Amino acid sequence: MDVALEPKFLHRRTRLGRWWESKSVRRFRRNPLAIVGLFIVVAFVVIATIAPLITPLGRNCVRDLGLTPATATSVRNPTNPAFWQVLFSPPGSCYKMPRVGFSPIPQPAATSGTVLGTTSQGYDIYYGLMWGARTAFRIGVIVVGIGLTIGLIVGATAAYVGGWVDNVLMRFTDVIIAVPALVLALVIVMVLGNSIVNLMIAIAAVAWPGYARLIRGEVLRIKELEYVTGARALGRQGAGIVFRHILPNAIGPVLIVASLDIGSIVLTAAALSFLGLGPELGYTDWGQMISFARNWILGPPGQPLAYWYTSFWPGLTIVLFVLGWNLLGDAFRDVLDVRSNT
Amino acid sequence: MFTFILRRLTMLPLVFFGVTVIIVLLMQLLTPSQRAAAYIRSENQANQIPEIIRQYRLDSPWYIQYGAWLGRLADGDLGYSRTTNEPVLTTLIKRFPTTAELAFFAILPVIGVGVWLGTAAALNRDGPIDQAVRVLSIFGWSIPTFVLGIWLLVIFYGLLGWFEPGRLSTQYNIDIVTSGFQRFTGFMVLDAVLNGRFDIALDAARHLVLPVITLATVQSAQIMRVMRSSLLDALSEDYVRTARAKGLAQHIVNNKHARRNALIPVITLSGFVLIGLINGVVITETIFNYPGLGQWAAQAALNLDYASVLGFAIFTGIAVVTANLLVDVLYGVVDPRIRYD
Repeated sequence: MDVALEPKFLHRRTRLGRWWESKSVRRFRRNPLAIVGLFIVVAFVVIATIAPLITPLGRNCVRDLGLTPATATSVRNPTNPAFWQVLFSPPGSCYKMPRVGFSPIPQPAATSGTVLGTTSQGYDIYYGLMWGARTAFRIGVIVVGIGLTIGLIVGATAAYVGGWVDNVLMRFTDVIIAVPALVLALVIVMVLGNSIVNLMIAIAAVAWPGYARLIRGEVLRIKELEYVTGARALGRQGAGIVFRHILPNAIGPVLIVASLDIGSIVLTAAALSFLGLGPELGYTDWGQMISFARNWILGPPGQPLAYWYTSFWPGLTIVLFVLGWNLLGDAFRDVLDVRSNT
Repeated sequence: MFTFILRRLTMLPLVFFGVTVIIVLLMQLLTPSQRAAAYIRSENQANQIPEIIRQYRLDSPWYIQYGAWLGRLADGDLGYSRTTNEPVLTTLIKRFPTTAELAFFAILPVIGVGVWLGTAAALNRDGPIDQAVRVLSIFGWSIPTFVLGIWLLVIFYGLLGWFEPGRLSTQYNIDIVTSGFQRFTGFMVLDAVLNGRFDIALDAARHLVLPVITLATVQSAQIMRVMRSSLLDALSEDYVRTARAKGLAQHIVNNKHARRNALIPVITLSGFVLIGLINGVVITETIFNYPGLGQWAAQAALNLDYASVLGFAIFTGIAVVTANLLVDVLYGVVDPRIRYD
């Protein structure tokens, strides 16, 4: 009978439920643009994951999976080890666009037997776009990973050590921020040579200063909090305090800001690749596919839009990808009110 | 104010030093003969590579190379551009006005449209104009330069045939070489007017339309967003309410009290706008085959023409730092609080 001793409504509130009803999540849910952004990004994650199952695999890819053209469809059968291999660690040849033909002229979907047509040299556009989503996420996640690691080390050192170390490190980041990112990345790729790995190195090299600044700010803020003083009073020193007490609390907002950068990182990668400084020819990479379209702006006389599919589909894919991340990023910044300097 | 400017000026050599050291260190990833390629002027010099390496000290430790490189830089020797077949400095000077013209015409809509639409959105908060501007800005911000440029070309060149890529039509390109066309400023539209050739001015302006739209879209979207949010902040300030309370007309409160203060973050952003324009120029000029610095740098990177790309990188670094300096000074002029900090 005693209702006060049995607050039933509290039982129903699981951790998930509390999170779902929390102020920031409610603010996010009420923002329709945020939902659209989330939907687009999740759709790209799904496409990137299942790309091997929804595209006709190329001959080299099938061979490297230990299959023959006759048994190639068994890759969609989960009992076959090739199914898991192609999903989680496909051989490098799968990241190359299969060539439907060798015609220098793009072919529309109908005559080439592909979903969206081919670029010049017979590369399958549909395959390139679907696997390109994988390439995009690989570039985004790896670059954010490298950039964050460097930024973490530099930012935390600068903030915790302080003094002239702080000054030197931060002036160094100022210098890198002073050079336009695309130009510096251009120099680095040119010096290192064209490849997807060097592309990622170059973009990480221009991305980390922003994170270093953010982490420095967070560490400086947390360093002054009472529990850090408490830890110091208990006898913890230097690195112990930084790694056990400060960084775990500093990294949350920085991690969110950094992961929302995936959109702009993929954009920079595509821009470099568009200029011809990306992965090798035929790699499933959106920037390269757009650069193929440059030669097919004019159609044959009388059919001005004959090759529209070479620029439309890759362009639309990149725009949607960047749009999704920007919408999501906007919403998150609103909710968390994290201000990034970059 | 003077000490403020002086303090900002000390950053300039520091950044110059930093940028050049980074570039010289990056060059250490190449072999000495690859570095020597930056100073070769013709194929006949291929057998002189060991000599060039010795002459320019390209096999010594990096700090000695850096010193030697700075010395040559002081003489204006940035190496030889294989892409344009002339010294890098000559190309930089020759192509700078071409790019500056494009950037100049792009900045007008960036600031004009950005500030105007941002203001309109903030004054009609949550109304239809505001919603339209917000959607427009997020789309403008999300469309990559290279996608927008290609799409514009497909529609306005391929389909409609209104605008061509390049800087001038072929006929006028011949005309300006043969007809004693004088180059006063390097700005084609202006030069043509000064020469009394309005047909050339019109042609040059027509060629600028698509690149300017391409270059301006992303940047004006950014200005729009910042203008909107900072004007919204300003409109909720006490001094705006005071101004309204003492009976000033709405447009005076908006323009004189709110907008002036709201412009401060926009000025800060203009440093980033310049970085965005330089990034954008490389891509836009490549798409539209517009013979400026960006197209040269992109082509040079593909040709492994190290001298040109490094020359361009140093140029952009200095341009950005100088612009940021100007922004800081302007900031100090507009907002006295910063000067006395």
